[in-house]
Amino acid sequence: MELIYNIIEFILPLEFMEYDFMKNALLAIFIISPLFGLVGSMIVNNKMSFFSDALGHSALTGIAIGAILGISNYSLSMVIFAVIFAILLNYIKNKKTASTDTIISVFSSVSIALGLVLLSKYGGINKYSQYLVGDILSVTASEILMLLIMLIITLLIWCKLSNELITISTDVSLARAKGIKVQVIENVFGVLIAVLVMLTIKWVGILLINALLILPAAAARNISGNMREYTIYSILFSLVAGFTGLILSYIFAVATGPTIVVISGIMYAVTFVFRKK
Amino acid sequence: MERNDCKHCCTKVDKLTVKIEDNTILDEISMHMHCNETTMLVGKNGAGKSTLVRAILNEVPYTGNISFSSKHNNSTKLTIGYVPQKIEIEASPMSVYDFIASVTGRGPVCFYKSKKQYAKIKEHLKEFGADSLIDKRICDLSGGQVQRVLIAAATMPYPELLIMDEPVSGIDASGKQEFYKLINEIKNTKDIAILIISHDFEYVRQYADKVVLINKKVLKSGTPEQVLTSSEFKNEFGMEVV
Repeated sequence: MELIYNIIEFILPLEFMEYDFMKNALLAIFIISPLFGLVGSMIVNNKMSFFSDALGHSALTGIAIGAILGISNYSLSMVIFAVIFAILLNYIKNKKTASTDTIISVFSSVSIALGLVLLSKYGGINKYSQYLVGDILSVTASEILMLLIMLIITLLIWCKLSNELITISTDVSLARAKGIKVQVIENVFGVLIAVLVMLTIKWVGILLINALLILPAAAARNISGNMREYTIYSILFSLVAGFTGLILSYIFAVATGPTIVVISGIMYAVTFVFRKK
Repeated sequence: MERNDCKHCCTKVDKLTVKIEDNTILDEISMHMHCNETTMLVGKNGAGKSTLVRAILNEVPYTGNISFSSKHNNSTKLTIGYVPQKIEIEASPMSVYDFIASVTGRGPVCFYKSKKQYAKIKEHLKEFGADSLIDKRICDLSGGQVQRVLIAAATMPYPELLIMDEPVSGIDASGKQEFYKLINEIKNTKDIAILIISHDFEYVRQYADKVVLINKKVLKSGTPEQVLTSSEFKNEFGMEVV
């Protein structure tokens, strides 16, 4: 880790890069941003942005359950709850009893309300307000390693399943005729989003996580002529927004997550003007 | 493409019944589909045409049997190519290559373009007069062009049975004519059985080898002439197509 810190100081000889927390935050941004850019591109492609939004909201219930059970690391209870939430949501969605957006809204609102009810009774909501906007400066070295493992797992899943996910996004019957196990793959992807959202939410925040997943991909979609451009632009926009957001938020002493989102929003606006027609 | 009269391959649908709760959607449907033959499925809205297709695709639970036999290679495994009515590509960056490569290939299309795969897809698109579209975004194509791309994707490799769900909705008259000519060519040159859900009775008359009229059950099946002039057809649609 010392070596990596030295490299960062050498490449970025800025005053605030002397602090370890800034170096950690920078490293975390360099892992989280491409991860979000990549996963976000598929979320947008497969019209699942409400799904990831709902997952973000379910974090509150995960935290509450962790608090009630007395688990010291809330990530565990959040991940377990979110995985169950994602699979159950997919299951009910596939029953086709109501339209997908309605079912997601039901899950989303119930999980946020349940979280608030439980926290107000057992935990004290104020204690957990940090989860609403998140704090990237709190990331530690061991957590960066965990993020790196997450990135590698995601890349492996992508190599194996991204074509299937793209096919499913065009037509489910077509995918089934090609022998794709639609439900299994949707669940694997749902679980991946759930784990990613839960493991990063304390740095990114419940309120902003979906914006960070969706905006770079939405901006990339405006100007891409094929799937490779789309993926690389999405990752690139996410990285640029993350990096400049971190630096600017430090210079102007404002919250990092919201700064990144604002920059992503500007990118969306610019790409919208220059979009492919 | 060489003419190859097969007609020895047969997909048999035997007493296929679909019930959703207590509601019978399809009641003991039996039909045979042979290679080098275009079977067109006709019926009113809600007659169960799409449900029948979804049952053959194994998307809805059914009772009865779907079997496949081929005297060619003793194969008993039915491979199906499916051409949907439309695909979800609104404002999508997906190119024709991306689509076909993701449907047919293994290497992740969002990471790299395989030269080998690209050449193979281009060659295959050529059969459908669509090789010049390979780098275009699908959302920029006309309805007729999208259909060609969808058929190309469904026939790579050629399946035993090619199913199309109202393939020409939203395509103009000249596009429709071209489309059916293309289907005819595939039928005549490949060992493939074709099943089309269609509402265009004029094209049904011209291009079908066999027509199956359904409304929950098979009301009438036979040549286009036999079905389109039958009293059952008249009862369903209130007209005759001569």
